[in-house]
Amino acid sequence: MKALFTAAFAASALLAAGAMAQDGPTMKRIAETKTVTIGHRDASVPLSYIGQDGKAQGYSIDICLKIAEAAKEELKLDKLDIKFVSLTPQTRIPLLTAGTVDIICESSTHTLGRSRQISFLNTTFLTGSKLLVRKNSGIKRIEDMNGKILVAVLGTTNEKAAQVEVDKKGVKLKGDIVKVKDHTQAMLNLEQNRADAYVSDDVVLYGLASASKNPAEWEVVGPYFSYDPYGMMIARNNDDWRLVGNRAITKLIESGEMVAIYKKWFEPGPTKINLPLSDRLRENFQIIALPE
Amino acid sequence: MFAGFDFDVLIKSLPFLWLGMQLTLQLTVLAVGGGLILGTVLAVIRLSPIKPLSMAVAAYVNFLRSMPLILVIFWFYTLIPRVTGTSVSSFYSVLIAFIMFEAAYYSEIIRAGISSVRRGQISAALALGLTPPQAMRYVVLPQAVRNMIPVLLTQSIIMLQDTSLVYVVGLRDFLTSAEIVAGRDNRPIELYLTVALVFLVVCFSASRLVNLMRRRYSL
Amino acid sequence: MGAYNWNWPILLKEPYFGWIVSGFGNTCLIAVIAWAIAFPLGSAVGLARTTELPWLRLIGTAYVELFRNIPLLAQMFVWYYVVPELLPNDWSQWVKRDMPYPQFYTAVLCLGLYTASRVAEQVRSGIEAIPRGQRHAGLAMGLTPGQVYRYILLPVGYRTIIPPLTSDFLGVFKNSSLALTIGVLELTSQARQIEEYTFAAFEAFATATVLYCMVTGLVILIMRQVERRTRIAGTIALGAS
Repeated sequence: MKALFTAAFAASALLAAGAMAQDGPTMKRIAETKTVTIGHRDASVPLSYIGQDGKAQGYSIDICLKIAEAAKEELKLDKLDIKFVSLTPQTRIPLLTAGTVDIICESSTHTLGRSRQISFLNTTFLTGSKLLVRKNSGIKRIEDMNGKILVAVLGTTNEKAAQVEVDKKGVKLKGDIVKVKDHTQAMLNLEQNRADAYVSDDVVLYGLASASKNPAEWEVVGPYFSYDPYGMMIARNNDDWRLVGNRAITKLIESGEMVAIYKKWFEPGPTKINLPLSDRLRENFQIIALPE
Repeated sequence: MFAGFDFDVLIKSLPFLWLGMQLTLQLTVLAVGGGLILGTVLAVIRLSPIKPLSMAVAAYVNFLRSMPLILVIFWFYTLIPRVTGTSVSSFYSVLIAFIMFEAAYYSEIIRAGISSVRRGQISAALALGLTPPQAMRYVVLPQAVRNMIPVLLTQSIIMLQDTSLVYVVGLRDFLTSAEIVAGRDNRPIELYLTVALVFLVVCFSASRLVNLMRRRYSL
Repeated sequence: MGAYNWNWPILLKEPYFGWIVSGFGNTCLIAVIAWAIAFPLGSAVGLARTTELPWLRLIGTAYVELFRNIPLLAQMFVWYYVVPELLPNDWSQWVKRDMPYPQFYTAVLCLGLYTASRVAEQVRSGIEAIPRGQRHAGLAMGLTPGQVYRYILLPVGYRTIIPPLTSDFLGVFKNSSLALTIGVLELTSQARQIEEYTFAAFEAFATATVLYCMVTGLVILIMRQVERRTRIAGTIALGAS
């Protein structure tokens, strides 16, 4: 009886320890299936998108491929397949929590509200809200937007930040902020003079300007009025998988590969975005490169 | 604005768009075929005198008709892995969703077609010694089908266009592929006008073809 | 349910609750106005295709082929982004910047014109399903073609197409969700917005689903009664009745 009691106690202690470490199902699934499933977006240029050849690619994807490699080493697998699944805002959370995808590599801002549903890895990209305007528009910051029309993509953190900024600075926009479906349509609103400025993450704005028919016509202006740190997303309660991910990111930074990946996609990158590595992002890399 | 029309983008992405078109056509053919078969069965059951059966079918049809297709696809795709524990490929998941959804619509069209046949015809068929299924098969359905063809065609064209909703589960049909290119290369006007034109040509040809057949077989 | 963290109460918090309410209101409004365009216009086009006048039939056919063969999504895009560019400068300027709620009105117009092509086909098939003898009998009795339509073809034709017309009305309701592509904040886009803010995907989309089902379910119930009351004696009975 006493032995049984001790055994039960030991078992429950073990369970408790297990619960504390929160080793999640993701690593087990990767070990069993010898596959890492990466969720990506179709047109988040140049972070996560479909190239001319129809394959997923981008800055976030390259980082995730390195994380997958790290998982292979950690689990001492003889082989590891990579599967790509295209996600939309409707399916990403259901598929991540159902275990259909192991990691989501796109361009999402790490927010507290979102962390209720999923976990973010350490920040691998930094951006923030700015405005895209015509060079000759005379708009230099959001205070110049009196009587003008502002467009944003529905549901983005930028839209929220812009609303706060407009209220704070007492800017009188013409009507409400126009909310559209995606970046392309926001750009179209600018090109057709339906709107005077488009608020989004500066990386998006530089990308749109460089892909437009006449890049010289456009200009990204204003001080940042929100900071948007991007991170890869994994299911909650997966401390072992998260550790593998964050350690892989640290190693990429220490070996200098992270900067190389950045240069590959942004300086000027296949989409000619030409966004040099900022001091802020460089500093962020130093901060998240935690000691072993 | 048409002066700056960028044909280069279209030509470069042609292989990618063609891949999407193949998925669109494949899905449409399979879903229209499956939907017609299931839809006919549902319509016949619904008109049958066995009350519990016809009521069950009515509930099914009304439930599916009241959901937007995009949500049907979404729920099928995200709930199947949770319920069965295995993940179905996204293609089969949307194919099943499409067949079940289209069947609900086809059955309503077929029901309207059958209802438009005069009751005297059935009485006559039964009086001639045909069994009720025979009367359905040889007397009612041929006439009903003739009345229904234009509407069935419209519904099938809608189905062809609705394949664009598969983007929700990450599949890439023709329209979705065009949207991806439009987003990546920032050429929305070029891509959307191309989509409009291609669908107009494809669907118009299909409807001419059906009309021709209708006349040839004097349905 | 796996690692999913249910959070239903969030939907009752502001601003999310307000978003759902206003999105639902917009969805209903778009659907009703678009149907008010689609039903009369579609009936006219459909009837045009059943007349004996070749040029009238041609116009009707051209309308139907043009509007039903292009995906609604592409039509929305063309109406919103392409058509204003073709207008004279002042008009274009007005449509793009000065008109109130341009997205809303464009969506309503586009959805109405698109649905009209579907209504037209239903009306045509309803009229064509009537044996030709009835039309001829009417004419032989000395009725004018107008009277034949008024007293024979329309009353019979419309009653047989109530079930598919109901489908089309539900269709306009559900298709209103495509208005989000040009930036109308209707139910589906509000659900998406809530997902983007909170990542509470299941809660947001389940709420949208239930609201759609409630309204369309109500319409189906009403139309079933209409169908039952207007049934033409002598045709095959409908199963549920």
